[in-house]
Amino acid sequence: MSNGAGATPRAGVEVRLEQLTRTYGTVVALDGLNLTIEPGELVALLGPSGCGKTTALRLLAGLEDADAGRVVVAGKDLTRLSANKRNIGMVFQAYSLFPHMTALQNVAFGLRLRHVSSAERKKVASETLELVGLSAQSHRYAHQMSGGQQQRVALARALAIKPEVLLLDEPLSALDAKVRAQLRDEIRRVQLEVGTTTLFVTHDQEEALAIADRVGVMRAGQLEQLGSPSEVYGRPQTAFVAEFVGLSNRLAAEVKGGMALVRGVVVPLVDPATPEGPAMAIVRPEAFSLAGHTDAESGPLVGHVIATAFLGAVSRISVDLGGGVTVLAQLPTGDAGAYPAGTRVRLALRPDPVLVNPTRVAEE
Amino acid sequence: MAEIGVPHRIPSTLAPMAQGRGVNARRRSRLNVWRRFVLLALGIFFLTPLYAMAEFTTRGIGSGPRNLDAWRAIVTYPDLISAIVISLELAAITSLAMLFLLVPTMIWTRLRLPKMQRVVEYICLLPLTIPAIVLVVGLAPIYKWVSYIFGDSSLTLAFAYVVLVLPYTFRAIQSGLSAIDVATLSEAARSLGAGWPTVMWRVIVPNIRAALINAALLSVALVLGEFTIAQLLNYQNLQVAINLLGRANAGVSIAVALASLLLAFALLLALSFVGNGRRGRAASEKG
Repeated sequence: MSNGAGATPRAGVEVRLEQLTRTYGTVVALDGLNLTIEPGELVALLGPSGCGKTTALRLLAGLEDADAGRVVVAGKDLTRLSANKRNIGMVFQAYSLFPHMTALQNVAFGLRLRHVSSAERKKVASETLELVGLSAQSHRYAHQMSGGQQQRVALARALAIKPEVLLLDEPLSALDAKVRAQLRDEIRRVQLEVGTTTLFVTHDQEEALAIADRVGVMRAGQLEQLGSPSEVYGRPQTAFVAEFVGLSNRLAAEVKGGMALVRGVVVPLVDPATPEGPAMAIVRPEAFSLAGHTDAESGPLVGHVIATAFLGAVSRISVDLGGGVTVLAQLPTGDAGAYPAGTRVRLALRPDPVLVNPTRVAEE
Repeated sequence: MAEIGVPHRIPSTLAPMAQGRGVNARRRSRLNVWRRFVLLALGIFFLTPLYAMAEFTTRGIGSGPRNLDAWRAIVTYPDLISAIVISLELAAITSLAMLFLLVPTMIWTRLRLPKMQRVVEYICLLPLTIPAIVLVVGLAPIYKWVSYIFGDSSLTLAFAYVVLVLPYTFRAIQSGLSAIDVATLSEAARSLGAGWPTVMWRVIVPNIRAALINAALLSVALVLGEFTIAQLLNYQNLQVAINLLGRANAGVSIAVALASLLLAFALLLALSFVGNGRRGRAASEKG
């Protein structure tokens, strides 16, 4: 789905997390996190469990207190303001609809707390439910709705109060794959429509790359890289980002003269300032293509197919290059059929810039 | 008329399935018989003493005919009505005080002080381990001060009764809180602008209503049946009045005991209907 960034005028506010620090006993969950979200932007925080992404979101929501640092929304310092006074809407990972209320009552709850008149409340709640495509379910209780519908109502409830910031804490993780993809697109559509500045926390890289204007990859309480989905995927700044986002092959390389020599192929470097010497190159599966049957040939990129994984439009082929090195190559499913298991093949490496990790040299 | 398409014999491939169904049906039938037997045995066990009590209260003096004099005497017997009123008032005060004390404490510890949950649980369950007579020994000097401050009304027994009902009501409320995701619901409400009181009374309490009604039912039942503390601290309540009455007139005493049992039963039934009624209305609205 096109994220449409820049196509729609944004009405949101700027959000700044400045040097945010949070520890739990001896565990440092956030270690001086700095993040600025532009008005109306959707930023996805991505990272492995325990990297601090949910902590960052909870500190922004006011559900936890920071040990140090500041939370600034629309120029106002909210760090010491309690959660109920921040005007920040949130959708949770767990189903969080109030079980004793209908969908309409759930959506109207925040408006009621703001002393909005009954008629206005009903009107706004109905309109917001319509925005998420659930006006027909307005009188249903949580237990009468599917997981996807419940999360849509939760989204409507968070949006009904016209929040300055919308926080999404892995809202899709409890849903099955098909509903997850649908709701992901739905969230993006609604976010672009209302223009609210949004922070989306997920551990699902596909989700983050598909939905966000910018993706922040977190590790050990800090931002490892913040950039557009294509930057994070195509030009990872660190080995961790390269290995965490998308699949990658790790191959022995030699850095020399601002280029990398990977199994006999010279490829450019993402970072030309990489120190010379042996290193490990991180190569995406789609950078490989199969050059055809080469029964008689041998070489550093010649091997035999071990297995093929069918992934719909594309297939992923595992090729054993010998010496315990196996690489993944991704190619259109129509082409992959020509290389059944056991076929001897020659791989070709596209000269895309690769990231090398000079601290690790062993192939995996 | 001959049926078309109905096989005369069960096909061999379906026979084991049919046999299985037959075995299950026999098993269900045996289970039903056993259930009825247990129900009947329990019914006899519980109802026989009640029947005996009812029978005893209708015996006339000597060889006279059966009559309802003992039941008529209930309303005319001095102090009995006031004892019944006191017990009902104590039940109401105890239930309300327990709810106001325990519900916010339990919600607050669950949300904000999870490490204190064990401490609260220990304190609440403690009265269960202390015999009533020992409790009275501890309460007696405290009640001198209670009488000094609040007067010697029997309603001051509510202080002791709130402590007495804690173990039972704690468990009832705890099970209610465990059935919902208190943390997520309260965080959702807070993110929408709710302060802590609103979170408790508008979000958590409506979702543990059944548990609260159960806790109130237990309190009412315990207070209506309490004798030891009231008797030893020299206060009047229904059970103390029944005990006194028993010494003067056995027939009236048994009639009052039976009446109080029926009253407690009716009260508990009414309370449970309040809960079920609300749930039923909610369900019909949902449907």
